[in-house]
Amino acid sequence: MNIPNYAPALIVAVPLLGAFLTPLIGRINDKLRNIFVILILGINSIIVGLLAYNIFTKSTTGSPKIWTYVFGGKQEVTSPVVRIMFEVDAMSIFMAIIASILLFVVVIYSWAFMKENTGLDKYYTLILLLASGMLGMMLTGDMFNFFVFLEITSISSAALVAFWTHKGESVEAGFKYILVSTIGALFVLFAIAILYGQYDALNIAVLSNAIQYTFLDKVALILLIAALAMKAGLVPLHMWLPDSYSRAPATVTVALVGATLASLYGVLRIVFTLYGNTLEVITKQIEFLNADILVSNMIGWFVIVLAICSIIVGVMMALRQTDFKRLIAFAAVAEIGYMFLGIGTKLASVGFDTTNSIIHAEYGITALEGGIFHIINDALDVGLLFLVAGAIYYTTKNWSLNEMGGLARNMKYTTIFFAIGLLAVAGMPPFNGFASKLMIYESTFQLNPILAIVAILCSILILATFVKVFHSAFMGPALPKFKDVKEVPKSMLFAMGIIACIIIFIGLFPNIMLENIVRPAAEALTNNAQYLKMVIGVI
Amino acid sequence: MIYNIPYIAVVCLILVGLYALIFKRNLIKMIIGVTLIESGVNLFLITLGYRKGSIAPIYTNSPGGIMALPVPQALTLTSIVIGVAVLALMLSLVIHIYRHYGTLDVKKVGRLKE
Amino acid sequence: MNFFTIETGNGFWTPIVWIVAIIIAFLIMYTLRTFGKKTYNKDNEQVKSFLSGNPEYTKEQMHIKASNLYWGFTKSMNGFYKILKKMHTGNASDYVLWFVIILAIFLLVEVI
Repeated sequence: MNIPNYAPALIVAVPLLGAFLTPLIGRINDKLRNIFVILILGINSIIVGLLAYNIFTKSTTGSPKIWTYVFGGKQEVTSPVVRIMFEVDAMSIFMAIIASILLFVVVIYSWAFMKENTGLDKYYTLILLLASGMLGMMLTGDMFNFFVFLEITSISSAALVAFWTHKGESVEAGFKYILVSTIGALFVLFAIAILYGQYDALNIAVLSNAIQYTFLDKVALILLIAALAMKAGLVPLHMWLPDSYSRAPATVTVALVGATLASLYGVLRIVFTLYGNTLEVITKQIEFLNADILVSNMIGWFVIVLAICSIIVGVMMALRQTDFKRLIAFAAVAEIGYMFLGIGTKLASVGFDTTNSIIHAEYGITALEGGIFHIINDALDVGLLFLVAGAIYYTTKNWSLNEMGGLARNMKYTTIFFAIGLLAVAGMPPFNGFASKLMIYESTFQLNPILAIVAILCSILILATFVKVFHSAFMGPALPKFKDVKEVPKSMLFAMGIIACIIIFIGLFPNIMLENIVRPAAEALTNNAQYLKMVIGVI
Repeated sequence: MIYNIPYIAVVCLILVGLYALIFKRNLIKMIIGVTLIESGVNLFLITLGYRKGSIAPIYTNSPGGIMALPVPQALTLTSIVIGVAVLALMLSLVIHIYRHYGTLDVKKVGRLKE
Repeated sequence: MNFFTIETGNGFWTPIVWIVAIIIAFLIMYTLRTFGKKTYNKDNEQVKSFLSGNPEYTKEQMHIKASNLYWGFTKSMNGFYKILKKMHTGNASDYVLWFVIILAIFLLVEVI
């Protein structure tokens, strides 16, 4: 069906309007405010779904569609591009689908989970602001606009991490999170200022057309990648991640997973679209080896080394934790390493052939598709695990694994959901983790066999970690102090059930996801000329 | 040479801010370090828009001549406002931390290592 | 369009075939299990657990706690864990220090 031209602006504006109306409605009634928030996020998800359906169906000429919207005034692109534009291609709307699913499930879950806390007006307002910031970061086509939405996301999520102000540790985790986020965002602004000073443009397409790879451009690239990778959680810049994820309420953690993935999307956009033309052309002379290496290969190998360290450190630290959510947070660090491994393999797979022209190896595209497919799989799996951890906290009121046991007799459905999440995150067939990890294993094996061996071994260690959690929390004899623990309320079960159904569906029919959604996203990311044509070609 | 002095000042501000963040142990001094880095980046943004012999970019009743670029000034205003919001959030969190722990030393506040 | 298999560059994976294989294996296992004895005698020593003649403790003392589960693994990798513990201090200024170190290494390798 036909949606209006301003649909990307509606996706960002509807949660913003809801965020400002929520305290007013909260004064009237509490249940009305909960229903209002669910309604706002439901309408937002429907608009995202319609826009996704519109973009993913190919046009008559067979080329992929990109939806642009110019803010303010007529819908024309003038010769020096002076207005802010939202440019939505298949990769952007893919990330927006993930964010919408996570936020909708979070709001349904927190109906019952946060019921005995006070100050819930501020909680719902901040969740809607976080939604608006995350979706704006994924849909924009302008560098400074990206920085503004990055700051909105980090401020609202830092305030949400410190939500339980009666405990000292939550406030301290929120302080560390805002400190690290602000440093990262300020260095991103520094790099944007360097690029603006050279080329007098802030639009991503105009900059991508005009970049020559001077010394200052190299500095800007390094600053952008390092600062955004710090927000995404790459080792050794990951240390804020276990503190923030473990001391926040469980629903806030799932929303934070979405914010982390939005920073990963920023890295993808900068490496492949902003610097896409130059990375595969410029070579660098190494004197003592007497060879030319492509810049793409150098950056690719650096990212691969950091990704391998991230997988190993994440899994090893996860094996000895005794705090439930901290363990899942370290496993989330390891999963981010898999995504960066896919990106690095794609960058390092470019080479010369005999006639001295650039060829792309076949396994590069498979690695990029595996990495992008792993984004949605990991968001759903880790989200389900954190929701189960929240359910256990709701009934037994402590986090420590040393004091739990035998909960499977009382909470049957929660045990089934945790078993599904356990098998999915460790990459066991037939769930969805196996499909994306298989693509990553097979493509990185052809680059260097050691990478695939490390990845497979650490997958097995993740399985070992979560079997430990399953045994100590759910299995075992029935302890007398848990005798009157009942099952969690129905709204929490419904929210966990939605995610479990999506996991099983993607696991049984992976080709539906891969052909229709992931492959257009990977092609839109590497097809730089199509992105530029919407802005430069019109001029 | 005299036109390079603001750029040298930007680098000095950022280095002093990073020094205050890494080597000082009081939480308030770390927040001052963040503010210094932010001031350095704002100064860098404004300095990019200067043209030699230009006047302020105000359109009405201008005496004519080259104007400095107005776009970096708009970006800097946005950045200053974001900086104020972040500073207010950080200071209110430090008040809560002081009420719970009784100390502002970063080594004693960061428990739960491992 | 093919609903069921994904194809990577070098192989393919079909979840439905895997599930059918698991169901067939489960059916074989279940039929083999029904060949056994169906009746047993309650109320004598057959239903109590056997611990080589040791007495059985209460339920709370028998449950292995979470920190003791992978004892062999964590003890043998102790050297590696000491380095990791020293890295994760929890100190907020160390986070910025790691960022500056990675930025410096990256700049040295790529730019110069």
